[in-house]
Amino acid sequence: MAEFKFPVDASQIMLFARSVGDNNPIYHDAEHAKGTEPGGIVAPPTFVQASSQYDPKFALRPVIGKPWFGSGKEATGLKPKAKKADDGAKKDSGDSSARMLHAEQQYVYHKPIRPGDDLTVTTKRGNSWEKEGRRGGTMAFSEVITEYRDSSGELVVTATSVGVTTGKAVTQD
Amino acid sequence: MVLKASELKVGDTHQQQVAENLSRTQIVQYAGASGDYMPLHTDEMYAREIAGYPGVFAHGMLSMGATGVMLTNWVGDGRLTKYSARFTRQVWPGDDLTAKATVTEIHEDDGQQVVELDIVTVNQDDQPVIAGKATARIDA
Repeated sequence: MAEFKFPVDASQIMLFARSVGDNNPIYHDAEHAKGTEPGGIVAPPTFVQASSQYDPKFALRPVIGKPWFGSGKEATGLKPKAKKADDGAKKDSGDSSARMLHAEQQYVYHKPIRPGDDLTVTTKRGNSWEKEGRRGGTMAFSEVITEYRDSSGELVVTATSVGVTTGKAVTQD
Repeated sequence: MVLKASELKVGDTHQQQVAENLSRTQIVQYAGASGDYMPLHTDEMYAREIAGYPGVFAHGMLSMGATGVMLTNWVGDGRLTKYSARFTRQVWPGDDLTAKATVTEIHEDDGQQVVELDIVTVNQDDQPVIAGKATARIDA
């Protein structure tokens, strides 16, 4: 089980709402938000995803000083593991991170998230299983359960994420 | 907006367009706001040459977030108690997305009126990209 802090501020809520195309003023206008039922700015339903910014071990964020697997001069910044140095750089089909997709996401909301909340995030593994898929070959599913608690220890959001690693690139039909 | 149990019935539907000609820029915005910098979604060279896809495609969570716009606009701010989504199809730059909710149940839970919704978000070809469910508190 991993644990880290997720301090919530108003600007992050505003940027997140913009990024999902949500112009509801409750996400950026404190004056407007006062007159709403929640009585102030709150976070949109999927906002807790932004906690990955604070997760010290989050693998999908470049780490300063370390090679990044996205493109730079070449299509990936990672060196091939093959013994022959240069020609195998691309098409490293062993890169399973490229095959990792998000299959399902569930949220249970216990109370609204507000600017100023100092959330504690704990994650633990849930179930895992395999399935033969039509679109992506053998698919390995695994669940991660994340709890977001406020500074008094009360649950704010419970999130369950189901990831899938596919045997090949997912085709459309 | 607040929904009222007295004015809702099973089978009622509501829909909203939540993306039009989805841009690569919005996908980049979502990467930056969410912190999910997976290159599959923003890095055309990586997506094609390393991952073997025809190009970049949106984070599933961007579609779920966009679908949430329809939900909160309909059920009201701070009213959702549960929201889940399965990602059934990739969303590509240029896609239009329409999110739809259908009332499947209205019941009382501990003195609180609650609505259960089935959710589907479709692209411009009417293909589902998200299939989900939501639960929200409503007024009597």
